[in-house]
Amino acid sequence: MPTTSLTRPLKVLLICCLLVSAWAFLAPMLWMLSTSLKPLNETMTLPPVWIPSEIQWRNYPDAIAAMGHFWRYAGNSFFLAIMTVIGTVTSSALAAYGFSRIEWKGRDKVFVILLATMMIPFPVVMVPLYSLFKSLEWIGTFKPLWVPAFLAGAFSVFLLRQFFLTLPKDMAEAARIDGCNELQIFWYIILPLSKPALLVVAIFQFMATWNDFLGPLIYLTEQKDFTLALGLQSFQSQQGGTAWHQLMAASTLVVLPVIVLFFFTQRTFIEGIAATGSKN
Amino acid sequence: MTRREKENLRTGLLFISPWIAGFLLLSVYPLAATLYYSLSDYSVLSPAVFVGLENYRNLATDPIFWRAVYNTFFFAAFALPLGLLVSLTLAILLNFDLPGRGIFRTVFFLPSLMPMVCLAVLWQWMLNGDLGLINHALRPPLDAVNALFGTSLTPPNWLQEPTYAKWGIIFTALWGVGQAVVIYLAGLQDVPRHLYESAEIDGANFWKKTWHITLPMISPVIYFNLIMGLIGSFQVFAVPYVMTEGGDGPERSLLFMATYLYQNAFDYWSMGYACAIGLVLFLVILGLTLLATRLSARHVHYEGN
Repeated sequence: MPTTSLTRPLKVLLICCLLVSAWAFLAPMLWMLSTSLKPLNETMTLPPVWIPSEIQWRNYPDAIAAMGHFWRYAGNSFFLAIMTVIGTVTSSALAAYGFSRIEWKGRDKVFVILLATMMIPFPVVMVPLYSLFKSLEWIGTFKPLWVPAFLAGAFSVFLLRQFFLTLPKDMAEAARIDGCNELQIFWYIILPLSKPALLVVAIFQFMATWNDFLGPLIYLTEQKDFTLALGLQSFQSQQGGTAWHQLMAASTLVVLPVIVLFFFTQRTFIEGIAATGSKN
Repeated sequence: MTRREKENLRTGLLFISPWIAGFLLLSVYPLAATLYYSLSDYSVLSPAVFVGLENYRNLATDPIFWRAVYNTFFFAAFALPLGLLVSLTLAILLNFDLPGRGIFRTVFFLPSLMPMVCLAVLWQWMLNGDLGLINHALRPPLDAVNALFGTSLTPPNWLQEPTYAKWGIIFTALWGVGQAVVIYLAGLQDVPRHLYESAEIDGANFWKKTWHITLPMISPVIYFNLIMGLIGSFQVFAVPYVMTEGGDGPERSLLFMATYLYQNAFDYWSMGYACAIGLVLFLVILGLTLLATRLSARHVHYEGN
């Protein structure tokens, strides 16, 4: 909103409001970090201390050791994240091209169906999918968690289609006259122009896979195959909420890759999130 | 159809074929199968046996199911409007031309990056009755009230008390509204400045401008966030599941529809019953989405059409 009418006291008041809310959002994260560096007895002092008397870095290696297969969990999470990113980006880009750059009869009606599928919650289709994967003997393997990513996610198709629609038509027309087929136009013209949108889809998919809990919970059976999210939950339920310093250390380690990814791609990331809500 | 049209149709379908396969295998088939299994006695280990409406009849008289329905609606009824209020207020604050906006935006956004499991573990600690940060913050004001009025109020042991447990989950959800803040802020920044300028000439104050310009202009974004929030909050599962260490809370106060579905499917292997719950959940989400769409048709303002 234009701020021509903002007086100085009003400005100070608004900044105070922002500072108070920022503290509410920041405090839990700082509390997590602070707890993760405390000796166990200091997690139980009243009133609480924010700065530990001694920074106990040991909590991190201790938490890693206590989680059992930490490095395997991390490897599994990375494997699944990379496979689903490859799958979603390639298949959704193809589908989005078909929904935006080629005129065919009934296209926009089919696209409405695609949008409608975003309303189907995973818990609703979870049982038949489980029995489908069971009959394929995929339960206890990673396949149910990455193979479906190669079948184009509705949300990614939606985002990429929005982007493809904004690209000018004349370059593709010229290429068509020069005898390029649609696949060549897609590959040599549209994809190179779409790097930011592809990056957004890749980041979203990475996060979704990294954060997923219900999928790994139902499909994975062996402890060593767990993802980090599932491994953290199993660690938490095993030790029953006492060693808060180690739990917070483990939590911090699970969040860390996502935070790092965010800070490296902040602009694309924020613009991508902002774009999801527009032009509906 | 001309030859050219036929060719376009063929290429178009070829490009979207990954999605068509996914649509059939991951949406159509499972939805149809959910419907069929919900009319069957099915445990995955043996083939489904058709039993008609028996699962639904059992659901209707299952007090635990109604408990889950109540909890789910309770959660959504508070988490959705409060989430809307918090995220929209923060976005409006951020939209003023104030120093440090970028940093504030990042701070509000960061918590929404947290994986559900981390969120649950962290807030289980935050809401801890004796040692949690929330109760540390609540004790001084409550003590002040006690000293003034001679009461003996103490902060609750959130996740262990049936009355307060759901509020713990609602607070956790509110802490993760950062994505909505970013989406609203983008919507606010798209509102043309000249609208505000001419309103100011007519002497409109902040509230008038917010009510008559800002809210109508960003109503499509509000609608979008509302639908996404609705779909998300009705399938709430991971946070309460992790916080209760795979259980459903004191007196089942943290048993949600998705939790009960999961329990039936993978703890008791009553897959047919689970599918009936799933179908009810789906119809609830579908019904509320259609309702929201109809209500919003009157209030959502689309620029240009």
